Amino acid sequence: MLPLPEFTVHTPASVDEAVALLAKLGPGAMLLAGGTDLLPNMKQGLHAPAHVVSLQRLGALRGVRREGDALVIGAMTTLDAVAGSAEAKTHAAALAEAAAVVGGPQHRRMGTLGGNLCLDTRCRYYNQTAFWRGALGYCLKKDGDTCHVVEGGRKCVAAASNDTAAAAIALEATVVLTGPAGIRRLPAADFFVADGARNTARREGELLTALEVPVRAGRVSVYEKLRRRGAIDFPLLSVAVRLDREDGSARALDVVISALAAKPRRLAAAQKLGAADLATLPIDTLADAALRECNPLPNIEGDVVWRKQMVRVLVKRALGRATSLA
Amino acid sequence: MSGLIGKAGRRGDLVQRALGSTRFTDDLHLPRMLHGKTLRCPHPHARIARVDASKALAMPGVAAVITGKDLPERFGIIPWTPDEHPLALEIARFVGDGVAAVAAADERTAAKACEAIEVVYEVLPSAVELDTAITKPEIGLGAKRQDNVSKAVDLAFGDVDAELAASEVVLEGDFHFEGTAHVPIEPHCAIAQVDAAGLLTVWSTTQVPHYLHRELSRVLRLSPARIRVIQPPLGGAFGGKSEPFGHEFTAAKLAMITGRPVKFLMTREEEFYLHRGRHPMRLSFKVGARADGTLTGIDARTQIDGGAYSSFGLVTTYYSGQLLTLPTTAKSYRFSSTRYFTNKPPCGPKRGHGSVQPRFAFEVMLDRLAERLKLDPIELRRRNAVAADSKTINGMRVTSNGNLECLAKVEAASGWKERRGKLGFGRGLGVASSAYISGTNYPIYPNEMAQSAVQLKVDRSGVVTVFNGASELGQGTDMLLATIVADELGLPLDCVRVVSADTDLCPVDLGAYSSRGTFMNGNACLAAARQVKAKLIAAVAAKLEVPEDAVFVTRGALCVKGREGDAVPVDEAIKLAEARFGALGAVGSYKTPPKLGGEYRGGTIGASPAYSFSAHVAEVQVDVETGVVDVVNVWCAHDCGKALLPTQVIGQLDGSVYMGVAEAIFEEHLISPSGLHRGPNLLDYRIPTSLDVPAIHSMIVESMDPEGPLGAKEAGEGPLHSSIPAVANAIYDAVGIRLSRLPFSPGRVLEALQQRGRG
Repeated sequence: MLPLPEFTVHTPASVDEAVALLAKLGPGAMLLAGGTDLLPNMKQGLHAPAHVVSLQRLGALRGVRREGDALVIGAMTTLDAVAGSAEAKTHAAALAEAAAVVGGPQHRRMGTLGGNLCLDTRCRYYNQTAFWRGALGYCLKKDGDTCHVVEGGRKCVAAASNDTAAAAIALEATVVLTGPAGIRRLPAADFFVADGARNTARREGELLTALEVPVRAGRVSVYEKLRRRGAIDFPLLSVAVRLDREDGSARALDVVISALAAKPRRLAAAQKLGAADLATLPIDTLADAALRECNPLPNIEGDVVWRKQMVRVLVKRALGRATSLA
Repeated sequence: MSGLIGKAGRRGDLVQRALGSTRFTDDLHLPRMLHGKTLRCPHPHARIARVDASKALAMPGVAAVITGKDLPERFGIIPWTPDEHPLALEIARFVGDGVAAVAAADERTAAKACEAIEVVYEVLPSAVELDTAITKPEIGLGAKRQDNVSKAVDLAFGDVDAELAASEVVLEGDFHFEGTAHVPIEPHCAIAQVDAAGLLTVWSTTQVPHYLHRELSRVLRLSPARIRVIQPPLGGAFGGKSEPFGHEFTAAKLAMITGRPVKFLMTREEEFYLHRGRHPMRLSFKVGARADGTLTGIDARTQIDGGAYSSFGLVTTYYSGQLLTLPTTAKSYRFSSTRYFTNKPPCGPKRGHGSVQPRFAFEVMLDRLAERLKLDPIELRRRNAVAADSKTINGMRVTSNGNLECLAKVEAASGWKERRGKLGFGRGLGVASSAYISGTNYPIYPNEMAQSAVQLKVDRSGVVTVFNGASELGQGTDMLLATIVADELGLPLDCVRVVSADTDLCPVDLGAYSSRGTFMNGNACLAAARQVKAKLIAAVAAKLEVPEDAVFVTRGALCVKGREGDAVPVDEAIKLAEARFGALGAVGSYKTPPKLGGEYRGGTIGASPAYSFSAHVAEVQVDVETGVVDVVNVWCAHDCGKALLPTQVIGQLDGSVYMGVAEAIFEEHLISPSGLHRGPNLLDYRIPTSLDVPAIHSMIVESMDPEGPLGAKEAGEGPLHSSIPAVANAIYDAVGIRLSRLPFSPGRVLEALQQRGRG
């Protein structure tokens, strides 16, 4: 089998201890939550950290709890627990739905919400073994200077492949980070960055500790994922929709589309809807707009023409389901 | 006969497998064992100008490094086409071809040492695409370096041109299959050890221990008397472990050099480089018929993409045509198949070797003909069915034949007559049928010896041990032999032990390929068991002073007709027989009928002592917005002669349908134009999960083969074939599109739907 590179494991018992360790170990350390992504990537030679800081003992970061008008989900809560949480299903349905379709059951029992939010971007030229990448001549994201997806491309366009990211953005969630300088809060929309080589705003030495999801009356949300198989696959395309209603009519709509490039994309046409449009919710118009706004790249395995056509279908289905719930 | 045959029952080793206590090859750890790694070529075609392993050899923990020059002998499963070296000697022919091998203290060190080996390559022009291999013969991948041809076969039976010219309807069609891999969950692994006396033992994940034994001897230039091959329990094979592989030789050579055991375990990526998966094929078919549905002529032209080496390619090329004359036939038939070498991982035999791809093409052609002739597709097949006890147009002897019963079963079970064409747009039913060999009549290397043999050792305790050369790979041969022996001798099943696939302990069986296990191994075992039974009967008859023909075996005892009170327990009978005849044992063997097949060059390929028959009806639901095809139901009826172990037969049918539907909907083995595999891992190469499997309705048909053991024939490969065209034909019934290229991925379905909408 592929041997795992050697490294030293650290198992801090508190967030403070973890942050102190990260400061001490410097950039050569990496965080391990569930390990479902980091360990296979290390076997493929994508990362070779000298130190791995395991968060497994941070019990305080596990669980879903209600704090005022927000749902606070600890970063170490497993995806399985998020998917099964009654609070999440009620107040953050898109997130619960997204968590429920990550990988397979074993991944969801090991994998965590924090780990999924911080998931490395994926690309068919990147998520391969060292031999394979070497035979190709490496790529922009790792060890090389060529992009094999976009000819002449200077910026990595590896795909955001975390199911929960689009849902977190659509739900206006806040990412809570703890670092040497204390706690920092960022809207999920700003946490993700359009750079495949480093796609989050998490700074060196920071630890993602929680996701805060606002609880609003009249809010519904859904998540739709395109994949070939009933399980295991990363998204080939994904759509999260949030719909806020008041007195029986829509007041706000957010459509976030992901698995395109490094950052999930907010559908501009949905942002621009006026009150009158919201009242009628023109699903077909929005789906057509999504098709114009989104251009899937051949960055992940799968027919790119089909993925493009599915933008319209998936947006339509997500909006249809959201309106039927509202 | 004591009532064990034909009864449902679970295989004994499944609980161990489910609990994780089965010890596979990689679970074996020998004292002082080294770990091997193979350095692989990153170019599709390159001359190896220089290899410098000095830096690797200087690394702590590295015991030895070898290159092609250390193992210069060629090998190959087919004796006429040995064209592989354990490590490329001068020229590497695909990305992933082995160039050097390292033995080191642990896997990590071995991997690092591989990276430290410096290789200078001269990159050569390559043929990655089949078209390049056809149009650029100067690349010279063929045996004489004058072209890229691996094997060409042209055979004709009857006057095809005249028959087609006189036909009321002639249809043409082109089909494309891009190849699939076996994807056994257990990767290939081999361990080699040389003991103090100089005996080389190789434990390997092989389904052909005997051929490995022979090839090890040839390549290592070592007497076969100095070599022992053992096959531990396998975690799936499907044809992907049915020939020798480079790492088996490098493990042995490194063990000989270092004096320490050496293990090679392939990564999932390396599995895709060893490959031997189903060949990509491009097929052009012309089929004619009269107005009454009589098939007049079939004209098939097939281009086969063989990858870098010959493997079983000679046989594949024949099989792509020879196995199409059953169960539905025409008055004339011609095929022209050419296998080309390309600079890609070598293709080989996968479940349904060589004949799954043409079966797809032909059964779709039949569906189109039926539509044109306004005939029910099942009726069209009935009208052109080959009869039992007959000869096919290409000279294959047919004995038992349950084809019509298979068709009748799937027709009734699927509600074909009531439901087909009435399920609304988007949902449909499709049918197809097929036939397959129960072993090949002729061994891979010509010889007059038995194809299969077993040896029985009978113990006074009432335990019988079967020493069996055949390979258990999950298909259930061990349980089959135990059941045959227990049934013949009246023993409980757990009093029969089976020791398999160890060349020191077991007589030769040629291996688990071409669906030969039940038929050949079963017959060999039955012959041995009956010899022991005769001795038990003779001993009991003498003891009770009755004629031998008055004694019969029942469960647990031998009885005398009409004198049930005189029963002698089997273990008592064994003691009586041992006292009378001396130590008890027997050998049994199976030899194929002396002359089968057509009287022409190649007429023996495809000749089998018996053929199995299958029919499938698939029901699909097509999502016209996404193009996703959901295979909802598959009804599969299979004539296995006699189901000796019905639970295992159903398992083989279910497994075949699973694999066929996977190839119809999901799997595609793709190599980039650069020669690099598109995604040699289980995320990019998608095999179906349990959520993606249709409801499978498997049904057994029993035609009682006259030569099969207790009437049995194969069930492991046949029932895959027609599952794929059944899905294709169901998609047409559902949404009116004919897909000529596998797999039926949503993008292709959607494109075809949009073309249909425009057209």
